[in-house]
Amino acid sequence: MPLLDLAHLSVSFHTRAGIVRAVDSVSFSVAPGETLGIVGESGSGKSVCCLALLGLLPRPPAVIESGSAHFEGKDLLALNERTLRTIRGRRISMIFQDPMTCLNPCIPIGEQLIEPLLQHRNTRRRTARQQAIALLDEVGIPAPERRYRSWPHELSGGMRQRVMIAMALIAEPALLIADEPTTALDVSIQKQILELIKAIQSRRNLGLIFVSHDLAVVRNLADQVLVMEQGRAVEQGAAEPIFNRPQQPYTQKLLAAIPRGSKTTSPTETAQPVANLLEVRTLTTRFTQADSKQPFTAVNSVDFDIRQGEILGLVGESGSGKSTLGRSILNLVRPDSGSVRLRGQQLMGLNRRQMRPLRAQLQMIFQDPYASLNPRMSVFATLAEPLRLHRALKGEPLASAVGALLEDVGLPPSCMRKYPHEFSGGQRQRIAIGRALASQPTLVVADEPVSALDVSIQKQILELLLRLVARHNLSMLFISHDLAVVRALCDRVLVMHRGQIVEQGPTEAVWTAPRDPYTRALIAAVPRL
Amino acid sequence: MTVMQAQTARPAGRSLWADAWARLRQNRLAFGGLIFLLFLMGLCLLTPWIAPYGYAEQNLSMGATPPSAAHWLGTDIFGRDLLTRILYGGRVSLAVGLVATAVAAGIGVLYGALAGYFGGRVDAVMMRVVDTLYALPFMIFIILLMLVFGRNLLLLFLAIGAVEWLTMARIVRGQVQALKNMEFVEAAVSLGLSRWTIIRRHLLPNALGPVIVYATLTVPSVMLFEAFLSFLGLGIQPPRSSWGLLISYGVETMEEYPWLLIFPGLALTGTLFALNFLGDGLRDALDVRAAKD
Repeated sequence: MPLLDLAHLSVSFHTRAGIVRAVDSVSFSVAPGETLGIVGESGSGKSVCCLALLGLLPRPPAVIESGSAHFEGKDLLALNERTLRTIRGRRISMIFQDPMTCLNPCIPIGEQLIEPLLQHRNTRRRTARQQAIALLDEVGIPAPERRYRSWPHELSGGMRQRVMIAMALIAEPALLIADEPTTALDVSIQKQILELIKAIQSRRNLGLIFVSHDLAVVRNLADQVLVMEQGRAVEQGAAEPIFNRPQQPYTQKLLAAIPRGSKTTSPTETAQPVANLLEVRTLTTRFTQADSKQPFTAVNSVDFDIRQGEILGLVGESGSGKSTLGRSILNLVRPDSGSVRLRGQQLMGLNRRQMRPLRAQLQMIFQDPYASLNPRMSVFATLAEPLRLHRALKGEPLASAVGALLEDVGLPPSCMRKYPHEFSGGQRQRIAIGRALASQPTLVVADEPVSALDVSIQKQILELLLRLVARHNLSMLFISHDLAVVRALCDRVLVMHRGQIVEQGPTEAVWTAPRDPYTRALIAAVPRL
Repeated sequence: MTVMQAQTARPAGRSLWADAWARLRQNRLAFGGLIFLLFLMGLCLLTPWIAPYGYAEQNLSMGATPPSAAHWLGTDIFGRDLLTRILYGGRVSLAVGLVATAVAAGIGVLYGALAGYFGGRVDAVMMRVVDTLYALPFMIFIILLMLVFGRNLLLLFLAIGAVEWLTMARIVRGQVQALKNMEFVEAAVSLGLSRWTIIRRHLLPNALGPVIVYATLTVPSVMLFEAFLSFLGLGIQPPRSSWGLLISYGVETMEEYPWLLIFPGLALTGTLFALNFLGDGLRDALDVRAAKD
């Protein structure tokens, strides 16, 4: 007897641009103690399915066209808002991706936890408090009595996600829906949270729907898998056969897109010693902190070289200082001491004006292609700006240079007149890459350039980067939290932890035989297929 | 507005301004507002040649008559033709409203953008100046100006503009502060653009929306401010007129001669509506995301 039985759910969005079918006749069921993994890329309708179950879709524009969802003898899709409210948060709970935006910043976490108990159950405050503290303990929060009075901003991302899980559990639901619960977290924290979810599920015999774009995570967790593409269920069934012998081309494509293996370096490259393009010595960058007189040392006395034509990986978890290091090299953040030499020329201490002519050689690709393009500049204007500035092009040569750049990054010339919002994430990142290449740089710092992208798009962008690095004889500092991506792309790797480089070496050597304990822990935490 | 003209059409991609103009023309309400305003401005410009009577031409035997064939909008208590006086008044009101707002927008946008972009100590000093000016009793400042330099229309523009730019500066500063930490601004720095280019090309176009809306709201308040100054004897002096003055006289005689309030009121509210439609339309036209569905 399944806990939840969803049959033929269809949801469409009625927008001004027309009707969009977001979910098209999707069926699945979840039994107590069972985990259903829903995987798919952005826009595949996986979140819409879950929101529809709880009546959380904004209506309009969303319209539930058909379907039924039987849960504990009721059809969730046919219930009115008042009845749904007795189920939502009590029988079915949800865990969201971003724990910060889901917690009210003005209420201590304990108060937020017991709110549903006070509201739905008429529990006495004292009892509710005891329950909440026991639950905080269960989700692995140290010193739960003290944490009960903490404010959300006082907790780390992982701790907040634990609080969110506690909140989801407080009313003792039978079904838990987790929508990308670990996407915003570092790999080592992700591992802990996944283990926690697994333990709680088996202890409480919960039904679990786990939505994720990350196939490796789903594989480690799910009994049943549903693969979605553009609103349709492409493939579903028991997890093992799907991962081992995917039947549908889309599933095969998704699995093939996961970065794996290491970069194949050509023998000529390894044979001869290559000149250093950039030499970084004892580089230190500090930030003043608002709440303390002590400056925060984001980058602490770092030494490394970037060789001509290589892709150097820089891995580390959030807060390790890897982005600050990348920006310090480019003088976008002012380092406090040390030296950065580009082909022997000292970059340290140059002011904005002195840096400007050097900027052509040093470019950057940013993480979020939605934020890194000026929304009011067309593609042409975006790409023309560096061409005018550094190569003094105008008129017809300018237009053809823009066309050549677009071709380089795999976009049709017809998109020149469009604006960033008219493109998908992957296409936007291509535009941003084109902008970085426009000034014909020698070194490109790429800060998490594929982290915001779907796995199949990620693969295309990585291939593009590899191709461009080879074609233009670029050197690249590739910053990423994703070790699998770094392994597939980089010749050498730096591992950064709390502002320091704890290990560096050829990627494969670091991956197979990490010397530093932190590197070892990091590599062990990577979910594997 | 000067930024607008500085950008000319480019060979391949059209500029933001050309695109915005194309979108504005598709927005009927906004484009209608623009046409209406242009028509009104044209009428006011041509007033000396097309007005049926002189603005000071009295006909005491025709004192305060309702609308008729000879006087389309009636006459005031001195028998002066109301249509003529509204047209002449429009010259003053529109000029004060638009010029003072343009002055305010110009100073405010520049000042706010610089304060917001540079931040830190520069920002602190610049904004304390704004706070201090906010605290000054501006009525007294303007009265002093008028007393020292005499009544002068140009001075009136400048004086009102000098009051209104403060809020504009605050709005722009807030916008720029939010925008300058976006990645596309960092990208512009890493491209090697100068600060001025970054402000002009990357920050201001993204901060314009609220500025335009606030500017369209500033125009009517400036017009009423002028009426207030004139009422105190510091602005336009009778027998010359402005919409604000006509309205304030109309209010006094509202019960006996309602047309003296209604018609100047209609002129002002019509302009106001047109400006609001145009402002909303401009904001949407400049927001490339809102324009296409």
